[in-house]
Amino acid sequence: MDISLKKELIKKYSPKSPVLKDVIFAFFVGGFICSLGEIIFYFFNSLLSVSEDTSSIAVTLILIFIAAVLTGFGIFDNIAKYAGAGTLVPVTGFSNAVVSEAMDSSSEGLILGVGAKIFNIAGPVILFGLCSGILYGIIYYISLFI
Amino acid sequence: MNDIISSVLLAFIGGGIICIPAQLLIDLTRLTPAKILVLYVCLGVLLYGTGIYDYIFELFGRGASVPLIGFGANIGKGVKEAVENEGFLGILSGGLTAASAGISLSLLLGLLFSVIFKTRQKRM
Repeated sequence: MDISLKKELIKKYSPKSPVLKDVIFAFFVGGFICSLGEIIFYFFNSLLSVSEDTSSIAVTLILIFIAAVLTGFGIFDNIAKYAGAGTLVPVTGFSNAVVSEAMDSSSEGLILGVGAKIFNIAGPVILFGLCSGILYGIIYYISLFI
Repeated sequence: MNDIISSVLLAFIGGGIICIPAQLLIDLTRLTPAKILVLYVCLGVLLYGTGIYDYIFELFGRGASVPLIGFGANIGKGVKEAVENEGFLGILSGGLTAASAGISLSLLLGLLFSVIFKTRQKRM
């Protein structure tokens, strides 16, 4: 096979712009998850007249639960393969990270396997989230006296 | 009825837009997902602290609070309210209090599923 034909075939069969395709997938899947959250919020806040704060927590918990169950049955990974950041950035990504790390390490024992590895991705997220929160708290506390 | 359609649509657009920078970071810089999650949570605290998050949330609703930016903003909000109510101690107690429900549920489900699905994996 001569080189020009090879190049042509590679061009033909490789995706036109993987970055653009990935971004579009991420946009639609991420958007879909958030609009699902909005519908859940509407259900609690408007239909059941639950307070806004409680409804927000309900949205988070239900999305975490759905993502955890999908991870448990191995469906989440198939979606995430195409969605990329679309499933990672919403709270579903956090839930998936916790559950999949826990499941993958179950053969290494309950305490140092599951117990420790469950924080592989959740740990950094919680640590840096909390510490930036503390930093903000210090600044806010000082600003109250100025 | 128009209200809910427009708010669902805005959540869709907002959530989608927030995912785009993360996807670009994955594709173009090979940043690992863990780093992106950390980046988004810290960004959320920063956006909340500067007051920008309020505008984003006002516009997009769940499109702003469901992504991990909302998780970070939630921590910031918890700290702010705790400082107002409890004073100095609130700096330390507010963040975890606000994030506790989500963290607890995902950890519980993680432990539960690692036990349930262990036997399932073995059989295959």
